[in-house]
Amino acid sequence: MRRRALIGSLAGLAAGSVGYMLAVGAWRSRDQRATDDPRPLPLTEMDWRLTDHRGRPITPADWQGRPVMVFFGFTFCPDICPTTLLNISDWMEALGADADRLTVALVTVDPERDTPEALADYLSNFDPRIIGLTGSAEDIARIAQDFRATYRQVPTGDGDYTMDHTAGVFLFRPDGGLANIIDFHEDPAFALPKIRRILG
Amino acid sequence: MRNTLFSAAALALLAPAAFACEAVTLGDLTIEHAWSRATIGATRPAVFYVEIRNGGADDALTGIATPAAAMPMLHETVVTDGVASMPHAMSVPVPAGEIVKLAPGGYHGMLMQLTGALNEGDSFPVTLTFEKAGEVTVDVEVVPMRAEGPSCEGGH
Repeated sequence: MRRRALIGSLAGLAAGSVGYMLAVGAWRSRDQRATDDPRPLPLTEMDWRLTDHRGRPITPADWQGRPVMVFFGFTFCPDICPTTLLNISDWMEALGADADRLTVALVTVDPERDTPEALADYLSNFDPRIIGLTGSAEDIARIAQDFRATYRQVPTGDGDYTMDHTAGVFLFRPDGGLANIIDFHEDPAFALPKIRRILG
Repeated sequence: MRNTLFSAAALALLAPAAFACEAVTLGDLTIEHAWSRATIGATRPAVFYVEIRNGGADDALTGIATPAAAMPMLHETVVTDGVASMPHAMSVPVPAGEIVKLAPGGYHGMLMQLTGALNEGDSFPVTLTFEKAGEVTVDVEVVPMRAEGPSCEGGH
């Protein structure tokens, strides 16, 4: 905890120095890996089958050999999901053509409302390389379990509901092993070095 | 290069965006940078962000109302053990001498049961109710879903 505070103030002092921030980001990346638990399974040990926003079936085997970035969310989410998608779109823009090698997927935790069509509508507002995944309630429960992700419906009092859900962005190496997690409240500047590491 | 492009874009947007950048005062409170993101249709909830500067004594934002939504509420995005939740906030503290931001990832207005889709370039009024200062109405600028805020000079 003290380390984090120290890093925070160091980063603040060096706000103008991109090189320095990247160095701190890389250092923090290593720190993060040792402390975050419980972790998702490697993609190679996962067993799920979902449908993407274009209606195509997707399994973990489809992602083998590529670096992968996955996060959970839903399209009826007014604050955190657009913010995460915005951050990811910015990171992909910063990575340029390198990001073409990356598989980036939003897994909905709200399959009841997030049909492939609903996901396609929503994702059309963000980087076109981001895919959306949905399925039956059981399909979503299965992938969430493999990721050790949690989610639950929370009624909003008008017969409607919102969702609590795991907020981090999971990064996997091309061999399917988990490389890192980008926390929601982490400075987005620290994310780029983490993503560059899985791009190799 | 990017800066030049950005400035050009900012200038181009200056006229339509001006209302979001106008500060409205209510006693010792200054309210500005009220913005929202465009929605896809009217079924998904919209969001409301604003900045409140308090030059006076402690106050609190206790509610929001708008003709744009039947059920507007104050919420706070909280991440606990990696899980994001969005509890209803009974009130948002506005301490003396501080700037409080309803901003992405923190406190925000959640506009449920929209009366219509919010489109880029639209504006709509939101009435903020403060515990002590009373009520004030601001114009809210609707920016594209991909925008990070209104394009005000120094509006960060």
